[in-house]
Amino acid sequence: MQKRRVSKVLHQGYGPFLLPGLLLVGLVVGVPFLTNVVVSFTRWTGVGWPRFAGLANYRRALADSTFWASFQNNLILILAVTVIPTLLGLVVAMVLYDTVARRFGAGAVSVLKAGLYVPQVLPVVVAGIVWGWILDPGGGALNALLRAAGLSGLARSWLGDPATALPSVGGIMVWFQLGYPLVIFMAAVQRIDPQILEAAELDGARWRHRFHLVTHLIRPEILVVVLTTTIYALKLFGPIYVLTRGGPGTATIVPSYFAYQAFFERAQVGYGAAITTLMTVIILALTAFFIRAQHHQERAMEGR
Amino acid sequence: MKARKAIPVNEPQPAPEPGVGALRARGSVRSRRGRRNLTAWTVLLVLFLFMGLVLSPFLVVAMNAVKSATEYSNLGPLALPRHLTLEVIQRFWERVDFSGKLWNSFVISGSVAVLATLFALPSAFALGIGRLRGRAAYLVVFIVANTLPHEALAYPIYTFAKALGLYDTRLSVVIVFTVIQGAFGTYLLSSVLSAFPRELVEAALVDGCSKLQLLVRIVTPVSLPTLAVLFTFFFIWTWNEFFLPLILLVSDARQTVPIAVSVAQGQHNVDATMASASALLGFLPCIAFFLLFQRTLTRGVTAGSVK
Repeated sequence: MQKRRVSKVLHQGYGPFLLPGLLLVGLVVGVPFLTNVVVSFTRWTGVGWPRFAGLANYRRALADSTFWASFQNNLILILAVTVIPTLLGLVVAMVLYDTVARRFGAGAVSVLKAGLYVPQVLPVVVAGIVWGWILDPGGGALNALLRAAGLSGLARSWLGDPATALPSVGGIMVWFQLGYPLVIFMAAVQRIDPQILEAAELDGARWRHRFHLVTHLIRPEILVVVLTTTIYALKLFGPIYVLTRGGPGTATIVPSYFAYQAFFERAQVGYGAAITTLMTVIILALTAFFIRAQHHQERAMEGR
Repeated sequence: MKARKAIPVNEPQPAPEPGVGALRARGSVRSRRGRRNLTAWTVLLVLFLFMGLVLSPFLVVAMNAVKSATEYSNLGPLALPRHLTLEVIQRFWERVDFSGKLWNSFVISGSVAVLATLFALPSAFALGIGRLRGRAAYLVVFIVANTLPHEALAYPIYTFAKALGLYDTRLSVVIVFTVIQGAFGTYLLSSVLSAFPRELVEAALVDGCSKLQLLVRIVTPVSLPTLAVLFTFFFIWTWNEFFLPLILLVSDARQTVPIAVSVAQGQHNVDATMASASALLGFLPCIAFFLLFQRTLTRGVTAGSVK
């Protein structure tokens, strides 16, 4: 009797603390999201009432070359937002940890780490504006630099040329993103017992082998970085908005900007809703994969 | 990303950074500090050059923001400014009413940081301390609420905001981000609170403390360091947000800093020096936050990115 009362005191009465949060999430996120899904099955200009259209918007998307271009561009941007910064971040983190920290001390490491992290503190649109100005074909700093170096042949309208627009945006994103994996990996390598690496070094393991060893030991962090940045890449909007508006043509169009145009420039709200619903499906699938992979990894690591 | 950077901070009190410092101390104790041979110096030089390259855009922008327009058109973007002038910055500042934009960003980000922390605390208390049944499912709800692309919420939010008379008000942005950030905060804080000392909770409850008193008098004070990390993150994330504020805040007087600088950039009569002034004013506040919150930030980004 006594025990049951204690258990009641300990375990009940928490519900009311959760309720407001759940209600707000339902109202501010849940309802708009479900509305958007419903709208994706309609034809709607944003004025008056939507008309049911079945799967028409989805069929249209699959047949729309701009839609496919936007996803293709997105895959290339994943390279710039996820793959390259992660690899570069691994190498730099390893060099900082393995060479700089041991030979030059913590001061050099923190200066380099902070310096490389700085772009990350900017709003991504401000990063875009900084670079839009540097890449400006007329008075921009990059072309001025190329001309000063006698390479005027290389000077071009970086963002205005379909051949260089997407690589330029990608380059900007690499610059912007690098600090994030670097800081995470620097924290990760610090939980590695230095003796493991010292032993490997004494055994004559070359740098490349030690790199593989470290990469293996910090797999959980690599997974976190890869998945958060991939999801981020899929939502990329700001830099496209300030740098290229998806152009020239469809050279830099991405799904989120494509949807923005459908919603607010073309009054094709149903179509925009369908595109964003597809984006959501991909992102949720990735999130689910992420959570599963993390569980799997945790179990594997505990099993050892 | 940033919320883009959804990184779980799982430890209530991140361990005092063992890392590099400890490594060096340890090395010097055993006098095993590596040799500084030629290769090592080369590596260091390359890294510093690389860092210089990464930081060079900031330098170029700052350099041209303090030039006069004539000097720019005569000598180009790469020449060092001969006469420092704040004239262009001042002109841009007045033209976009930058004080007003700073104030808008500050009010919105500050309100979201406070409200989202207040949102996260009770929900995380229920899930982390109360360990409600179905806890895992609730956590999924909160994390999904934070992960959903804003694009998939934008049009309905825009329509509802109009219907409710909240369109083009700072309040609309505050409400939306309080919930989106607060949802992430709930996820994060609940995993921190699940490591809260059980004896403390049980002792308090058995002594007749109510759940509310437990939250206010015991859990909150102990969790203050984590709440400070959350607060800082919410503030900066909201400051950096672009997509939803762009849609919800149309009138000039209500825009935030990132929107004001992006709008100014699209205008035809903005010359190169003014564009660099706008970029400079766009990043200066963020550099200030970075310097101000550096410790909190790096701790938050890195601490327990993995359980």
